[in-house]
Amino acid sequence: MSTRTNTAFMTCIWILACAATPAMAEHKPAASIPAADLIQPADFAAALKQSNTLKPLILQVGFRNAYAQAHIPDAEYVGAAGDENGLKTLQKRVAKLPTDSAIVIYCGCCPWSRCPNIAAAYDALHDLGFNNVKVLEFADDFGTNWVDKGYPTTNGT
Amino acid sequence: MLRSLVVTGALGLLLAGGLWAKSLGDTAPDFTRTDFTGKPVHLAGYRGKLVLLNFWASWCGPCLEEMPLLSAWQRTYGAAGLQVIGVSMDDAAAAAKRLLARQPVDYPVVLGDAKLGETYGGVLGLPLTFLIDRRGHIVARYRGEADLAQIEAQIRSLLAESR
Repeated sequence: MSTRTNTAFMTCIWILACAATPAMAEHKPAASIPAADLIQPADFAAALKQSNTLKPLILQVGFRNAYAQAHIPDAEYVGAAGDENGLKTLQKRVAKLPTDSAIVIYCGCCPWSRCPNIAAAYDALHDLGFNNVKVLEFADDFGTNWVDKGYPTTNGT
Repeated sequence: MLRSLVVTGALGLLLAGGLWAKSLGDTAPDFTRTDFTGKPVHLAGYRGKLVLLNFWASWCGPCLEEMPLLSAWQRTYGAAGLQVIGVSMDDAAAAAKRLLARQPVDYPVVLGDAKLGETYGGVLGLPLTFLIDRRGHIVARYRGEADLAQIEAQIRSLLAESR
């Protein structure tokens, strides 16, 4: 079998394998979050500039390596909500807050439709009775839809 | 002449595809890490080879989907000079090791961190893949769910022009 034929064959196998791998989507999809509770990066960046508005609690519900490289100023790291430990940390962080607290959550680890964390975090807050939760929608990822746009960031753990 | 046409054409293809090209042409930041089998991986030690540097994580669905193909490319093009290197951006090695036990790959994988990510301009979304030519220069960067057929075409082109 020639190299080209061999790799074309492997590509076909890969495509078939992907089509037959629903297990990758074990997490609840981000699409389950109501559109009314989504906020676009440009709108949130503009809101952050307004000094006369009360800032919401901003929680990063993704991964520490990403948070350490760059995150929204004043955002707190609570851990990957797709993971049991991260979910517990999130629940603990908001346990003493009034349920009408303004909270913005974001992840941006990977493409929106593949994020394992954001819907889990939204559901957890919703289940706890929080009714003023907004979700930052990063179509591609945090780097593409926030950092590359020049919106404010800071780094460190 | 032919070589420069091939490279220019390939870069043009990448840019036309909307790929982020901030670091194209830069020397790939060097690093030395121990892979999950205990062997040292020194990026600069692969000069003379075309390196595909793939940042991934065990929680990243698109990453896991493309890894079998990266393994196939290592097997197919390894003799021609391709070296795939995986960098897990998991927060802890255990998760990556568990994943690799279930889904082994045919190339070295090291554990990355924020510091390494920052040297590559920030790994702020996965998957993220760089192609590094035989002289150690970054010639392509693919972020997100990339067109793998396009990456393979680029690999073939770079392996052919730099023989």
